[in-house]
Amino acid sequence: MRVAENLNAALAALLAREPNLYLLGEDVVDPYGGAFKITRGLSTGFPDRVLSTPISENAVTGLAAGLALSGDLAIVEIMFGDFAALAFDQLLNFASKSVSMYGSRLPMRMVVRCPVGGGRGYGPTHSQSPQKHFVGIPNLALYELSPFHDNLAVFEEMFARAEPCVFFEDKVLYTRRMGAVEPPFSVEVSGGVARVSLGGPPDCVVIAPGGVAHRALAAMRSLLVEEEIAGTLLVPSRLYPFDLPDVFDADVRAARRVFVVEESTAGGTWGAEVAHVVHRRHWGRLALPVTLIHSLGGVIPTAAHLERAALVNESTIHSAIRETIRG
Amino acid sequence: MTRPVTAEPAVFPAEADGPDDADLSLMLMIRAFELKLLDLFGRGLLNGTTHTCLGQEYIPVAMEALLDPGDHVFSNHRGHGHYLARFRDPAGLLAEIMGREGAVCAGVGGSQHIRRDRFLSTGVQGESLPVAAGVALHLKRAEPGRLACVYIGDGTFGEGAVYEAFNIASLWALPLLVVVENNGIAQSTPTSRHLAGSIAGRAAAFGIDHHLVESSDVTEIRRTLDPLVSRVRSRSTPLVVEFVTRRLGPHSKGDDTRPAPAVQALREQDWYARCAAACSGRFPRLDAEARAHIDAVAAEVTARGPSRWEGTRWEGP
Ligand SMILES: Cc1ncc(C[n+]2csc(CCOP(=O)(O)OP(=O)(O)O)c2C)c(N)n1
Repeated sequence: MRVAENLNAALAALLAREPNLYLLGEDVVDPYGGAFKITRGLSTGFPDRVLSTPISENAVTGLAAGLALSGDLAIVEIMFGDFAALAFDQLLNFASKSVSMYGSRLPMRMVVRCPVGGGRGYGPTHSQSPQKHFVGIPNLALYELSPFHDNLAVFEEMFARAEPCVFFEDKVLYTRRMGAVEPPFSVEVSGGVARVSLGGPPDCVVIAPGGVAHRALAAMRSLLVEEEIAGTLLVPSRLYPFDLPDVFDADVRAARRVFVVEESTAGGTWGAEVAHVVHRRHWGRLALPVTLIHSLGGVIPTAAHLERAALVNESTIHSAIRETIRG
Repeated sequence: MTRPVTAEPAVFPAEADGPDDADLSLMLMIRAFELKLLDLFGRGLLNGTTHTCLGQEYIPVAMEALLDPGDHVFSNHRGHGHYLARFRDPAGLLAEIMGREGAVCAGVGGSQHIRRDRFLSTGVQGESLPVAAGVALHLKRAEPGRLACVYIGDGTFGEGAVYEAFNIASLWALPLLVVVENNGIAQSTPTSRHLAGSIAGRAAAFGIDHHLVESSDVTEIRRTLDPLVSRVRSRSTPLVVEFVTRRLGPHSKGDDTRPAPAVQALREQDWYARCAAACSGRFPRLDAEARAHIDAVAAEVTARGPSRWEGTRWEGP
């Protein structure tokens, strides 16, 4: 099953199960079914709760907060995650704050879905990975689409938090298959984190969100073949608050080298937050500080050859890990 | 075409038998350019996305004659016609869209992020209105008589920034010319499903003059708009000009969910059909010339090497 189908099926199952769930977004109704076709079929099944909105990201996110305030559930689709900037005020100053600023806990069940990332030639305002701008906001949890996490379970978990969540979806994942890794790697999921490993003790641990997991895995495969460097890849579904469950301590102890890969530009990133968590937990055991691997600084160009050179990819990950380990 | 900043009444001869050769050729060139883009996409020769202005070509052609090169133009995602009417540079634009040498913005911006002289486009809806108002504030003091012209679609009236800009432009009497290309649809959503009230009513709410243009006759359009645009300059006051127009192509590429008969009905109202009938003598020749020109541009640009840009460096790890 493709990732897009899994996501679409999860949304359909949630709409069927939760009579008070709304889905709002630009051009989400049939026959268009959203810019990336993730909502295809949903408005036909649930015409009064799947609504195409005007081009009003700020207001629509506020509407979702109003629904949540009234006890309903809401999912907002932002057509391109870049435009979540227009919804930022509602998330930062209202939806997340409301959970606690009135002195008692107010449940706010809403998820803002954001297709993100480059690689499709959409240019500087339609290709960013804005996760880092949302990190560290109290009562705003961040999740990322991953080929290893079933979306129905992820959405159940987000709504169970009863606080606003942002769900980042790397566009390049939509057409990929769920769950697939090829031997000698195998995957298992525990505590919301997918672990892709070779079996034995690794030489390095790579932490990457769902959108760059395939690129990280491709680098680990070439590092294994060309350099005999064995890696374990950890793909968390929840990006923030970030936590590394105890079960992964053994990997970090064995490898003593940890890398974080993310598609965003450097500076104030999610990876820096992960590094902080890993440092606090494992400082004395690490051979060196956590290494962050990003895209180049600067805007994401439109032209394919320039975009390719800017975005983090298999070979930039490969060489960053090789140079760090081999010196 | 350079127009004096002091408002002399211009002479726009009647369009008895269609637009003059220069206007018609420009409209046909824009049409040929957009068709070529869809063709290149269809053949897998273009990367990314693009939004063609098929059906709307006459709007920037009519408007440019009312603008001075010193005026600023803010364009949007559907901006190829705006650019071509201003610069007549299909090679530079195609190179930008294809990421080839000679690209206007080194291939970084692509179809919807272009800056050249006093022309600028960007891809986030509504964002450019306040920016254009800021430029108008600058012009009002630094270059009185000049204006900032901003193109927006009907769907973009969903964005709050539009109204914040309207309010300030009216309050501060800014020379802001808002050209609304109301093509009846935003991506897949018909105007009736995204816009309550009317664009005229929204302008009126802020005390901004509004003029509705239903014609696609560039000469007639200019004749009506010329005094209104002159007033934006001489009185420094905002104006909304709303064109009732038609989007003949998909929103971007291959994503048109409108029923074929509805699109066919729009085609029948298209300026192209009207001009083909009105200028039957010269139309086929000018159309063939425009297509041949664009074919040659496309062949030449496609053969160029990739654009070069030194904008970012690998800084890590
Ligand atoms: C802030 C923002 N939200 C959404 C989009 C995606 N988008 C691009 S064009 C478009 C429709 C615009 O409709 P309209 O303003 O009527 O212009 P048209 O496409 O009809 O020319 C949308 C939703 C965007 N570019 N920016």
